[in-house]
This record gives sequence, C-alpha cells and structure tokens, in this order.
Amino acid sequence: MQSGNILLAGVGGQGILLASEILSSALLRAGFDVKQSEVHGMAQRGGSVVSHVRFGKKVYSPLIELGTADIMVSFELLEALRYLPYFRKGSTVIVNTQKILPAPVATGMEVYPPDAIEQLQSRDLAVHAIDAFGIAASVGEQRAVNMVLVGALSKLLPVEEKIFMEIIEGRIPEKIRKVNIEAFIKGRERMQ
Amino acid sequence: MNKPGDTVILSGNEALARGAYEAGVKVASAYPGTPSTEILENLCRYEGVYTEWAPNEKVALEVALGACFAGVRALATMKHVGLNVAADPLFTAAYTGVRGGLVVIVADDPDMHSSQNEQDSRNYALAAKVPMLEPADAAEAREFVHIAYQLSEEFDTPVLLRTETRMSHVKGIVTLGEQTASPVKPGIEKMPGKFVMLPGNARMRRVELGKRMERLKEYAETFAGTTVEWGDLKRGFITSGVTSLYVKEAFPDASVLKLGMVYPLPEKLVRNFAEKVGELIIIEELDPFIETQVKAMGIQCKGKELIPSSGELNATIVRSSVTGEKGKAVFEPVQIPMRPPNLCPGCPHRGIFYAISKLGAFVTGDIGCYTLAALRPLSAMDTCVCMGAGIGNAHGMSKALGSEALGKVIAVIGDSTFFHSGITGLINIVFNRGNSTIVILDNRTTGMTGHQPHPSTGRTITGDQTVSIDIEALCRAIGVSRVRVVDPHNSEACLKVLKEEIEMPEPSVIIAKAPCVLIPEMKKRKDKKRYTTVVERCTGCRFCLRIGCPAIEWVPLTPEEATKLGYKEKQKGFSQINVTLCNGCGQCAPLCKFGAIKSDGGGDDAVR
Repeated sequence: MQSGNILLAGVGGQGILLASEILSSALLRAGFDVKQSEVHGMAQRGGSVVSHVRFGKKVYSPLIELGTADIMVSFELLEALRYLPYFRKGSTVIVNTQKILPAPVATGMEVYPPDAIEQLQSRDLAVHAIDAFGIAASVGEQRAVNMVLVGALSKLLPVEEKIFMEIIEGRIPEKIRKVNIEAFIKGRERMQ
Repeated sequence: MNKPGDTVILSGNEALARGAYEAGVKVASAYPGTPSTEILENLCRYEGVYTEWAPNEKVALEVALGACFAGVRALATMKHVGLNVAADPLFTAAYTGVRGGLVVIVADDPDMHSSQNEQDSRNYALAAKVPMLEPADAAEAREFVHIAYQLSEEFDTPVLLRTETRMSHVKGIVTLGEQTASPVKPGIEKMPGKFVMLPGNARMRRVELGKRMERLKEYAETFAGTTVEWGDLKRGFITSGVTSLYVKEAFPDASVLKLGMVYPLPEKLVRNFAEKVGELIIIEELDPFIETQVKAMGIQCKGKELIPSSGELNATIVRSSVTGEKGKAVFEPVQIPMRPPNLCPGCPHRGIFYAISKLGAFVTGDIGCYTLAALRPLSAMDTCVCMGAGIGNAHGMSKALGSEALGKVIAVIGDSTFFHSGITGLINIVFNRGNSTIVILDNRTTGMTGHQPHPSTGRTITGDQTVSIDIEALCRAIGVSRVRVVDPHNSEACLKVLKEEIEMPEPSVIIAKAPCVLIPEMKKRKDKKRYTTVVERCTGCRFCLRIGCPAIEWVPLTPEEATKLGYKEKQKGFSQINVTLCNGCGQCAPLCKFGAIKSDGGGDDAVR
C-alpha cells in the first residue's frame, strides 16, 4: 500500500480530529505526502464528523471521492453506514460497535437501526467490528476510544509501529500518555 | 517550537499564521468566524506579534489599517460575511494605500458548512480595486503571505488573501521559513494627502488607484504563484486555489493555467494560454468571476454552463461536469437517522429557549450556537439573517404592525454578537421610541467558534486579565430602563419575566446569564451535579424530551417488554439519562411530574 484514502467518521467529541492528526503525522514521518481535510464550527456540535486523510507520493485533492475509500474507521456504528457511498468493493471497515444515539433517536422520533452491523457485513466489505469503548474502558480511560482505533488502523498501514509511538508520545500530555499508549497497543493487537 | 527548514503538517490556517509571523507582522486583529478563526488563535502563540479579538471585523480592519499607518506590517482576518462588515474601511483603504504592509485574509465557506450564505469574496477585490491572492494549500498559504506583504508595500495597497474551508481546514506539508522584516521604518509620519480622504484628496488618490491597478495587471503576468502546466493541448483549464487541485486530480494530463493571483488577471498569459489550447474551460467554485473577465477580453471559453455555481466542487464534480462521466460510487446511500448538530447537554440556551417556545411569540434570531434553537424540538427561532439583525428585525416588525405586535415579537442575541453588532440596534430602538424586548444570551464566551473571549469575559486573546464590560450597565447607559437578569437554566422563572417584559410598551432587555458548559472553568468545577433517572417512576409521558437534551434518551418498549418491566402494557417506553453525557444543569428535573429525575447532589465522584 503506497497510497491510500482513509476516511475517519464519528460524532463530535470522540477525538476524531486528534486521531486524524496522529495518523497524518505518522504518514508524513514515514515519507509520504499527506493531506487531511475536516470541518469545524456548526458541523461539530454533536453532529456527524468526518475527516479525510489521503497519502501517497503526491496528493492533490484533499477530498476522497465517492467509491474510492480504501479504509474507513468509524468511531460509531451508525456512522459507518452513513458514509457507505465512499466505499469501493472490498474496502476495509474498522468499526467501533459503540452506539451514540442521534437526536431524532434519543427523542423517540426515529429508531436506531437494530441491524446496522449486519447491513455492513452483508456488503462486499472487509468489516472489523471492535468494541473500542470497552477496550478503552478496560485500560481505564473511556475517552481513549480514538487511540484504540488508531492502533487497529496502524496495523494496516505501511508505517512502523515505532513511528506511531513517537508521535503519540509527542502529542499526548504526560498525565494521560500511558493509558493512551496502552489503548493504542490493545487496538493494534485486536487486528492480529 | 519548530524552526526554519523543518517540515511539518499544518492546516491552511496554521500556515497562514506561520506566514504572518515569518513576514514580521506586528499587529493582527480579527473577529472569530468559521473557517477563519484558527489564524489568530495560532498567531497569538508567536512571540513579537500583538494579536487581539476585536468586537467586529470593521474594527479589526480599522485597527490593522492604523497599525500600517504607523509603519508596521498589519493583518486583519475574517470570514466572508465579516468582510461585508469590514467593507467600509476596505474600500477607502484602497485609496489611502499603506505605509507598512496591510493584508486582509478572508475565508469563504462554499456549501455553507457553518455560514448563513456562500458569497464569493473575490467580487470584493474587483469592487474595492485591490489585488487578491488565492493559495491552493497550506504550503502556498505560508508562501503567499510573504508575497502579499511585499506586494502591499511595493504597490502601496491593501492586499486581500482569499482562503476557503478546504484550504483553511485542510492539513498539508509545509516547510517553515525564516523571519523577514519590512523595509518600512515604524513611526509617526503625517501624510494628509494620502491619509485624509477629503474629496479633494480622494480624487487625487482615485487617479493613483487607477494607475496602480494598471501596474498590478503587469505584475500579475509574472506573479510567482501563477503557473502554467502544459499537457494535452486539446483542452485547457483555467482555475485557481483549491479548485486547481480538483482539476489536477480529475485531469492529471491536462494543460492547466493555475492563477495564484485572481485579481487583477494576467491578460497576456490568459490570451497566450487560450490560443494554444483547443477548448478553453474555466473551472471555479461559486461565481463566474474569472470566466466573466476572460469573456470580457473577447476570449471564447466555457464555464458555468458546465460547472455548478453553488456549493463545493470536488474532483468527481469537476470530472463529470466536463466529460459527463459518472462517479465511481458502488454502494447506494442507506436511509438512517440524521445526526443534526444540537445544543450541548447542560447548555444554558436550552432552558430559556424552552421558556421562549412557550410564549408563542415570533422570535427574531441571530448568529451563534443558539441558532440551533430553531431546530426541533425547541423550534424557538423564526429569523436568522446576520450578526445583530435580530434586534433591528424586531423593531421593524413592531413599527410595521404597531400595537398589534406588542407582546408578539421578541429578539434574541448572543453576548458576543451583541458586542459585534447589537448595540447600535438597541440604541436605535431607544432613540426611535420602540418597545421591543431583547433577550441577550450571556454565556460568557463566543461559543460556536470555539470559546474565544469577548469584551465582557475579562480576558484577552492571550488569556491576560482585562476590564469586563458590564452588559447590564451598558444597556442602562443606552437608555433602557427595564433591564432584568435571569438564570436561563430556570425556565419557569424565565417565562414569568418574559411574559412581563414582552407586554411592556417600552424597550426592555432580559439578560439570560449563565456560562457555557464547555468553557474551562465550567469543565473543571468541583461541585458538578449529575442527574439520573429513577426509571421505575417514569410513565413514558415524554415531557422531558421536549427540551431536546442529548443526554436524555428514549428507550422504546413493546407491550410485552413494558409488562415485564412492571409498566402498564400501553406504556410505549421510558426516558433515561445518559450519565456520561449529563452536565448537571438540572433543567429537566422540574419537567418531570413523577419525580423520576433525581440529582446526585454533586461532587466529583457522586455518579460513575
């Protein structure tokens, strides 16, 4: 894999932007050109958040085209389905099985699709379902869901584990560094 | 801190800030606005640059202009709609010109990710007669800021630098440069013929401005950021900024004239390019800005008959617009619940808007997080136009309808928005014997753009302590005698005050004062309560869902499940507070008539 399109999606507040930053920095250090695109402001207030990361020898457009995502990391179950048109046949989908209810569901106006995971698995996709929330909680930091998922993703990329470690060490404040690294390692192990 | 020569990943906005620092900017002023906010937020971390949040963009540009009159390099940044506010000084700054370099960065938001319109700021360059540069990515952003300052000083003009969401918020690889200095000497120098735009002087400067534009046209021909890549000559594209990247992605082998300077255009370069290619297509986001000018040169080309003139472009749209080729999507979208943005759990706006929704009044609204109160289930806002508009709108409606409108119209505005553009509207109401009621939603911060301080927070952009302007005293000084302060979390008390004030035949202001739950002081507070549900007591009446708090979740039940849980068979479900989301505002508790919502009494570890 010498070039790729990685889509990261989830809900505002899940640490998607930090995960994308770590990913991009690791890809840069591994010698690739990288572009990362995201949206701030109104779009972030508890809404659906998506970040596009593209890498290769030379990257032009910052946006992934529909039908061309090689890997998707979904921080929330439903969000994986929302971005379905970005996948190609055989795309790898790392999906956190955690459910965060969208407002229309929380207020009882709509129903969370009970078969979300089956809907993903029934398509021509390589689906890796991970209980990232459970793993993060097991290392003692529920907010480390993003590091669990970065760990899982790291296994699929042409970037040495060491590089990810260095970037995380440089980027995460000392107080919470240890649990975040633990979360990363657990996530990575989950893909073996 | 990174040093010159380092290769790092920066967003467009971080790169613009870095460029400004490297170019030796001494004074920078701005009002926050997506997608421009992070430029100043990053610039304020560099040594040797004075930065500030101004109350609005007009002030910001006037401050930057003053700094440039004093002979230093100065910067004003804003979002596209902010340039409407700052247009007044901009148009005359084009006449005065500069002493130190003056750059205005304007950030457009095609597709309106976080804006009320998607105006194309390039039109301002043409209308105000100032040059405009448009970088395509973070690396160019850093570089173009340097060039913009040289250009400003060499041609004695303010320079507009246009960015947009997909430049500002895209991260890419940037190699950092050394700091440079302006050749201009700072100090006080009186230049009345240049700085005092009395008609006599302005007429002279207008002639200068015309000559300057002619020289800038010549300069555009050799501008370093404008490039021609020759490829397939059957078809050639003229494009600029981020769009040029979509063109490269869609047509890697095409001939492309990429304009780094979008105004004025390099006419000779355009003619030469047009002559060499078979079919000429202009690919640009939003307005046919380049296209109209190229057509005015008498050059045949295609543009907006192929390319959409609203919304964002991307490589797929560019490709399919030109060739008719379909996109590559293989999976159809599936019908799933939307995830719209929402007021946060514990947001003080929710409480007062719940009260406002019960008034049954027409609510003239404004710009901020609280605009989300227009959405279901609160549905408590009926207009949203621009910063400060709600106050003028309410007054206009009441003058139009006279006594018929009394008690039926109310304006809401945020604290930061009030400082931005609300004060003059309030003065107008008092001056012209209006009777409107204005609710100022004082959450002690600029919420939507990410918690920037404003004139009433007591802190500057760098966190230093300053005077906190008293909104209540300000309203009284303006001449409003009825000013009341309420706790927005207490809906019942709010409703009582709202009902009293809206009926008053004189202007009144209600200040709904409670801090945003996301500001650091609130996040760190030790006495934070959390609320939980005694689910056995829930009768499924759904009353608590009416405030639309994301922490209150409805759990639907089948008749069998209901019976099994000890509820009546016909109970459709129960409400449950998600404790990890609850911020402890307590707005929901009084809504439950069955005592199913309880506080844990506070403290760090009370729940969990």
